Amino acid sequence: MGLGAYVAVSAALFALGIICILVRRNVLYVLMGIEMILNAANINFVAFNRFGDNGLDGRMFAIFTIILAAAEAAVALAIVLNVFHLFNSVKPSEADLLRE
Amino acid sequence: MSETLLQRAFYGVLGLVTLAALGWGAATAGPAGVAFALFAALTLGGGVMCIWERSVVRSAFALMATFCGIAGLFILLESDFLAMAQLLIYVGGILVLILFGVMLTPPDLGERSLPRIGLGAAFVGGGTLWIAAKVAASANWATDSAPGEPTGNEAFSTAERVGVGFLDANGYVVAFELAAVVLTVALVAAVYIARRKRADLVAEPESGTMGGSR
Repeated sequence: MGLGAYVAVSAALFALGIICILVRRNVLYVLMGIEMILNAANINFVAFNRFGDNGLDGRMFAIFTIILAAAEAAVALAIVLNVFHLFNSVKPSEADLLRE
Repeated sequence: MSETLLQRAFYGVLGLVTLAALGWGAATAGPAGVAFALFAALTLGGGVMCIWERSVVRSAFALMATFCGIAGLFILLESDFLAMAQLLIYVGGILVLILFGVMLTPPDLGERSLPRIGLGAAFVGGGTLWIAAKVAASANWATDSAPGEPTGNEAFSTAERVGVGFLDANGYVVAFELAAVVLTVALVAAVYIARRKRADLVAEPESGTMGGSR
Protein backbone atom coordinates (compact mmCIF):
# COMPACT_ATOMS: atom_id res chain seq x y z
CA MET A 1 0.00 0.00 0.00
CA GLY A 2 1.37 3.36 -0.99
CA LEU A 3 1.32 6.69 0.74
CA GLY A 4 -1.91 7.70 -0.99
CA ALA A 5 -3.96 4.97 0.69
CA TYR A 6 -2.87 6.05 4.16
CA VAL A 7 -3.52 9.71 3.38
CA ALA A 8 -6.98 8.78 2.12
CA VAL A 9 -7.79 6.90 5.35
CA SER A 10 -6.51 9.85 7.33
CA ALA A 11 -8.65 12.33 5.38
CA ALA A 12 -11.74 10.15 5.83
CA LEU A 13 -11.14 9.86 9.58
CA PHE A 14 -10.65 13.63 9.80
CA ALA A 15 -13.97 14.18 8.01
CA LEU A 16 -15.68 11.71 10.36
CA GLY A 17 -14.30 13.60 13.35
CA ILE A 18 -15.63 16.92 12.03
CA ILE A 19 -19.04 15.34 11.32
CA CYS A 20 -19.10 13.86 14.83
CA ILE A 21 -18.46 17.28 16.35
CA LEU A 22 -21.02 19.01 14.15
CA VAL A 23 -24.03 16.71 14.20
CA ARG A 24 -24.26 15.38 17.75
CA ARG A 25 -25.45 17.71 20.49
CA ASN A 26 -23.47 16.28 23.39
CA VAL A 27 -20.12 17.36 24.82
CA LEU A 28 -18.88 13.76 24.91
CA TYR A 29 -19.32 13.46 21.15
CA VAL A 30 -17.29 16.62 20.74
CA LEU A 31 -14.51 14.97 22.76
CA MET A 32 -14.69 11.81 20.65
CA GLY A 33 -14.60 13.85 17.45
CA ILE A 34 -11.49 15.67 18.66
CA GLU A 35 -9.81 12.33 19.37
CA MET A 36 -10.63 11.16 15.84
CA ILE A 37 -9.15 14.34 14.35
CA LEU A 38 -5.95 14.00 16.39
CA ASN A 39 -5.64 10.37 15.33
CA ALA A 40 -6.08 11.33 11.68
CA ALA A 41 -3.21 13.79 12.09
CA ASN A 42 -1.12 11.03 13.69
CA ILE A 43 -1.70 8.66 10.76
CA ASN A 44 -0.50 11.41 8.43
CA PHE A 45 2.63 12.10 10.51
CA VAL A 46 3.62 8.45 10.64
CA ALA A 47 2.77 7.74 7.00
CA PHE A 48 4.77 10.67 5.64
CA ASN A 49 7.61 9.73 8.00
CA ARG A 50 7.59 6.12 6.81
CA PHE A 51 7.40 6.92 3.10
CA GLY A 52 9.73 9.91 3.37
CA ASP A 53 13.17 9.60 4.89
CA ASN A 54 12.09 6.88 7.34
CA GLY A 55 13.71 8.88 10.14
CA LEU A 56 12.23 9.68 13.52
CA ASP A 57 10.76 13.19 13.31
CA GLY A 58 7.22 12.30 12.31
CA ARG A 59 6.97 9.45 14.79
CA MET A 60 8.22 11.71 17.59
CA PHE A 61 5.64 14.31 16.62
CA ALA A 62 2.95 11.62 16.78
CA ILE A 63 4.11 10.64 20.28
CA PHE A 64 3.89 14.23 21.48
CA THR A 65 0.42 14.50 19.91
CA ILE A 66 -0.64 11.44 21.91
CA ILE A 67 0.78 12.98 25.10
CA LEU A 68 -1.09 16.23 24.52
CA ALA A 69 -4.27 14.30 23.67
CA ALA A 70 -4.04 12.52 27.02
CA ALA A 71 -3.64 15.82 28.88
CA GLU A 72 -6.47 17.34 26.85
CA ALA A 73 -8.81 14.43 27.60
CA ALA A 74 -8.18 14.69 31.35
CA VAL A 75 -8.79 18.46 31.46
CA ALA A 76 -11.79 18.19 29.12
CA LEU A 77 -13.41 15.53 31.28
CA ALA A 78 -12.96 17.71 34.37
CA ILE A 79 -14.54 20.64 32.52
CA VAL A 80 -17.43 18.45 31.32
CA LEU A 81 -18.15 17.31 34.87
CA ASN A 82 -18.04 20.90 36.12
CA VAL A 83 -20.29 22.14 33.32
CA PHE A 84 -22.77 19.37 34.06
CA HIS A 85 -22.67 20.28 37.75
CA LEU A 86 -23.31 23.96 36.99
CA PHE A 87 -25.80 23.81 34.11
CA ASN A 88 -27.31 20.36 34.66
CA SER A 89 -26.83 19.65 30.95
CA VAL A 90 -24.19 18.16 28.66
CA LYS A 91 -25.19 20.16 25.59
CA PRO A 92 -22.53 22.68 24.55
CA SER A 93 -25.20 25.14 23.39
CA GLU A 94 -26.69 25.40 26.86
CA ALA A 95 -23.45 26.21 28.69
CA ASP A 96 -23.47 29.91 27.86
CA LEU A 97 -22.71 31.69 31.14
CA LEU A 98 -19.27 32.64 32.40
CA ARG A 99 -20.44 33.00 36.00
CA GLU A 100 -22.22 30.60 38.31
CA MET B 1 -38.76 2.82 8.96
CA SER B 2 -38.57 1.24 12.38
CA GLU B 3 -35.49 1.59 14.55
CA THR B 4 -34.42 -2.07 14.43
CA LEU B 5 -34.81 -2.21 10.65
CA LEU B 6 -32.75 0.96 10.30
CA GLN B 7 -30.08 -0.51 12.57
CA ARG B 8 -29.97 -3.75 10.57
CA ALA B 9 -29.73 -1.88 7.28
CA PHE B 10 -26.87 0.22 8.67
CA TYR B 11 -24.88 -2.79 9.84
CA GLY B 12 -25.62 -4.63 6.60
CA VAL B 13 -24.23 -1.76 4.54
CA LEU B 14 -21.22 -1.48 6.89
CA GLY B 15 -20.48 -5.21 6.51
CA LEU B 16 -20.83 -5.09 2.72
CA VAL B 17 -18.51 -2.10 2.45
CA THR B 18 -15.97 -3.89 4.66
CA LEU B 19 -16.12 -6.99 2.46
CA ALA B 20 -15.71 -4.86 -0.65
CA ALA B 21 -12.69 -3.14 0.92
CA LEU B 22 -11.13 -6.51 1.80
CA GLY B 23 -11.66 -7.74 -1.75
CA TRP B 24 -10.16 -4.54 -3.16
CA GLY B 25 -7.14 -4.90 -0.87
CA ALA B 26 -6.62 -8.53 -1.87
CA ALA B 27 -6.89 -7.64 -5.54
CA THR B 28 -4.44 -4.72 -5.42
CA ALA B 29 -1.71 -5.83 -3.00
CA GLY B 30 -2.31 -9.40 -1.82
CA PRO B 31 -1.98 -10.21 1.91
CA ALA B 32 -0.55 -6.77 2.76
CA GLY B 33 -3.54 -5.21 1.02
CA VAL B 34 -5.94 -7.39 3.02
CA ALA B 35 -4.25 -6.32 6.29
CA PHE B 36 -4.40 -2.68 5.28
CA ALA B 37 -8.05 -2.95 4.23
CA LEU B 38 -8.93 -4.71 7.49
CA PHE B 39 -7.34 -2.05 9.68
CA ALA B 40 -8.67 0.79 7.54
CA ALA B 41 -12.18 -0.69 7.69
CA LEU B 42 -11.86 -1.08 11.47
CA THR B 43 -10.75 2.55 11.76
CA LEU B 44 -13.38 4.12 9.51
CA GLY B 45 -16.18 1.70 10.45
CA GLY B 46 -15.63 2.54 14.10
CA GLY B 47 -15.78 6.23 13.28
CA VAL B 48 -19.02 5.85 11.31
CA MET B 49 -20.56 3.74 14.10
CA CYS B 50 -19.52 6.35 16.66
CA ILE B 51 -21.51 8.98 14.79
CA TRP B 52 -24.45 6.69 14.09
CA GLU B 53 -25.14 4.99 17.42
CA ARG B 54 -27.94 6.28 19.59
CA SER B 55 -26.29 5.49 22.93
CA VAL B 56 -23.10 7.23 24.05
CA VAL B 57 -21.73 4.00 25.55
CA ARG B 58 -21.96 2.22 22.21
CA SER B 59 -20.32 5.19 20.50
CA ALA B 60 -17.45 5.04 22.98
CA PHE B 61 -16.95 1.34 22.31
CA ALA B 62 -17.09 2.00 18.55
CA LEU B 63 -14.28 4.47 19.13
CA MET B 64 -12.29 1.57 20.61
CA ALA B 65 -12.44 -0.16 17.21
CA THR B 66 -11.12 3.05 15.63
CA PHE B 67 -8.18 3.24 18.03
CA CYS B 68 -7.32 -0.46 17.57
CA GLY B 69 -7.47 -0.08 13.78
CA ILE B 70 -5.10 2.88 13.97
CA ALA B 71 -2.69 0.81 16.07
CA GLY B 72 -2.79 -1.79 13.29
CA LEU B 73 -2.07 0.89 10.69
CA PHE B 74 0.92 2.01 12.78
CA ILE B 75 2.24 -1.56 12.76
CA LEU B 76 1.87 -1.68 8.97
CA LEU B 77 3.83 1.59 8.89
CA GLU B 78 6.64 -0.06 10.88
CA SER B 79 6.09 2.02 14.01
CA ASP B 80 5.77 -0.66 16.65
CA PHE B 81 6.43 1.66 19.57
CA LEU B 82 3.67 4.02 18.45
CA ALA B 83 1.25 1.12 18.01
CA MET B 84 1.93 0.03 21.58
CA ALA B 85 1.60 3.59 22.89
CA GLN B 86 -1.65 3.95 20.95
CA LEU B 87 -3.13 0.87 22.62
CA LEU B 88 -1.87 1.82 26.08
CA ILE B 89 -2.83 5.50 26.06
CA TYR B 90 -5.90 5.65 23.83
CA VAL B 91 -7.62 2.33 24.48
CA GLY B 92 -6.41 2.00 28.06
CA GLY B 93 -6.51 5.62 29.13
CA ILE B 94 -8.46 8.12 27.08
CA LEU B 95 -11.29 5.72 26.28
CA VAL B 96 -11.69 4.89 29.98
CA LEU B 97 -11.79 8.63 30.71
CA ILE B 98 -14.53 9.08 28.09
CA LEU B 99 -16.46 6.17 29.61
CA PHE B 100 -16.15 7.84 33.02
CA GLY B 101 -17.62 10.95 31.43
CA VAL B 102 -20.43 8.88 29.89
CA MET B 103 -21.32 7.28 33.18
CA LEU B 104 -21.14 10.48 35.24
CA THR B 105 -23.55 12.35 32.95
CA PRO B 106 -27.15 11.40 32.12
CA PRO B 107 -27.94 9.50 28.91
CA ASP B 108 -29.58 11.58 26.22
CA LEU B 109 -31.12 9.07 23.84
CA GLY B 110 -33.26 11.57 21.99
CA GLU B 111 -30.54 13.77 20.59
CA ARG B 112 -29.59 11.81 17.48
CA SER B 113 -31.33 13.31 14.48
CA LEU B 114 -30.94 11.59 11.13
CA PRO B 115 -31.54 14.68 8.94
CA ARG B 116 -28.81 16.50 10.87
CA ILE B 117 -26.41 13.59 10.41
CA GLY B 118 -27.25 13.44 6.71
CA LEU B 119 -26.77 17.17 6.26
CA GLY B 120 -23.46 17.22 8.14
CA ALA B 121 -22.19 14.17 6.26
CA ALA B 122 -23.16 15.71 2.92
CA PHE B 123 -21.46 19.03 3.59
CA VAL B 124 -18.29 17.80 5.30
CA GLY B 125 -17.98 14.72 3.09
CA GLY B 126 -18.49 16.79 -0.04
CA GLY B 127 -15.92 19.34 1.06
CA THR B 128 -13.41 16.64 1.93
CA LEU B 129 -13.94 14.88 -1.39
CA TRP B 130 -13.48 18.15 -3.25
CA ILE B 131 -10.21 18.91 -1.42
CA ALA B 132 -9.04 15.29 -1.88
CA ALA B 133 -9.72 15.49 -5.62
CA LYS B 134 -7.77 18.77 -5.83
CA VAL B 135 -4.86 17.26 -3.89
CA ALA B 136 -4.87 14.02 -5.88
CA ALA B 137 -4.82 16.02 -9.12
CA SER B 138 -1.99 18.35 -8.14
CA ALA B 139 0.20 16.62 -5.54
CA ASN B 140 3.38 15.00 -6.75
CA TRP B 141 4.86 13.04 -3.88
CA ALA B 142 8.17 11.66 -5.05
CA THR B 143 7.78 8.52 -2.93
CA ASP B 144 4.18 7.78 -3.85
CA SER B 145 4.98 5.18 -6.51
CA ALA B 146 8.07 3.75 -4.83
CA PRO B 147 7.56 3.16 -1.09
CA GLY B 148 10.67 3.59 1.00
CA GLU B 149 12.22 0.21 1.58
CA PRO B 150 13.17 -0.71 5.14
CA THR B 151 16.87 -0.12 5.57
CA GLY B 152 18.88 -2.97 7.06
CA ASN B 153 18.85 -3.49 10.81
CA GLU B 154 16.49 -0.56 11.42
CA ALA B 155 13.71 -2.52 9.72
CA PHE B 156 10.81 -3.07 12.08
CA SER B 157 11.92 -1.87 15.48
CA THR B 158 11.46 1.79 16.19
CA ALA B 159 11.19 1.28 19.96
CA GLU B 160 14.93 1.42 20.51
CA ARG B 161 15.40 4.33 18.13
CA VAL B 162 12.60 6.25 19.84
CA GLY B 163 14.09 5.60 23.30
CA VAL B 164 17.53 6.80 22.21
CA GLY B 165 15.98 9.79 20.45
CA PHE B 166 14.15 10.79 23.63
CA LEU B 167 17.27 10.88 25.80
CA ASP B 168 19.96 11.85 23.30
CA ALA B 169 21.18 15.40 23.91
CA ASN B 170 21.05 16.02 20.16
CA GLY B 171 17.63 14.42 19.94
CA TYR B 172 14.34 15.32 21.55
CA VAL B 173 15.29 15.63 25.22
CA VAL B 174 14.03 19.22 25.57
CA ALA B 175 10.66 18.35 24.06
CA PHE B 176 10.59 15.26 26.30
CA GLU B 177 11.06 17.32 29.46
CA LEU B 178 8.55 19.89 28.22
CA ALA B 179 5.99 17.13 27.66
CA ALA B 180 6.59 15.90 31.21
CA VAL B 181 5.95 19.39 32.61
CA VAL B 182 2.84 19.83 30.45
CA LEU B 183 1.43 16.49 31.58
CA THR B 184 2.05 17.28 35.25
CA VAL B 185 0.46 20.73 35.02
CA ALA B 186 -2.53 19.43 33.03
CA LEU B 187 -3.24 16.54 35.40
CA VAL B 188 -2.93 18.68 38.54
CA ALA B 189 -5.23 21.22 36.90
CA ALA B 190 -7.71 18.48 35.97
CA VAL B 191 -7.83 17.25 39.57
CA TYR B 192 -8.26 20.83 40.81
CA ILE B 193 -11.11 21.56 38.38
CA ALA B 194 -12.94 18.28 38.94
CA ARG B 195 -12.78 18.24 42.74
CA ARG B 196 -15.82 19.31 44.71
CA LYS B 197 -15.43 22.71 46.28
CA ARG B 198 -15.52 23.00 50.06
CA ALA B 199 -18.48 25.40 49.89
CA ASP B 200 -20.53 22.72 48.09
CA LEU B 201 -19.74 20.17 50.76
CA VAL B 202 -20.73 22.55 53.57
CA ALA B 203 -23.91 23.67 51.79
CA GLU B 204 -25.21 20.12 51.32
CA PRO B 205 -26.96 18.60 54.33
CA GLU B 206 -25.33 15.51 55.79
CA SER B 207 -26.99 12.34 54.62
CA GLY B 208 -27.72 9.84 57.35
CA THR B 209 -26.44 6.79 55.50
CA MET B 210 -22.98 8.28 55.03
CA GLY B 211 -22.14 8.24 58.78
CA GLY B 212 -18.80 7.20 60.18
CA SER B 213 -15.39 8.72 60.26
CA ARG B 214 -14.21 11.05 57.53
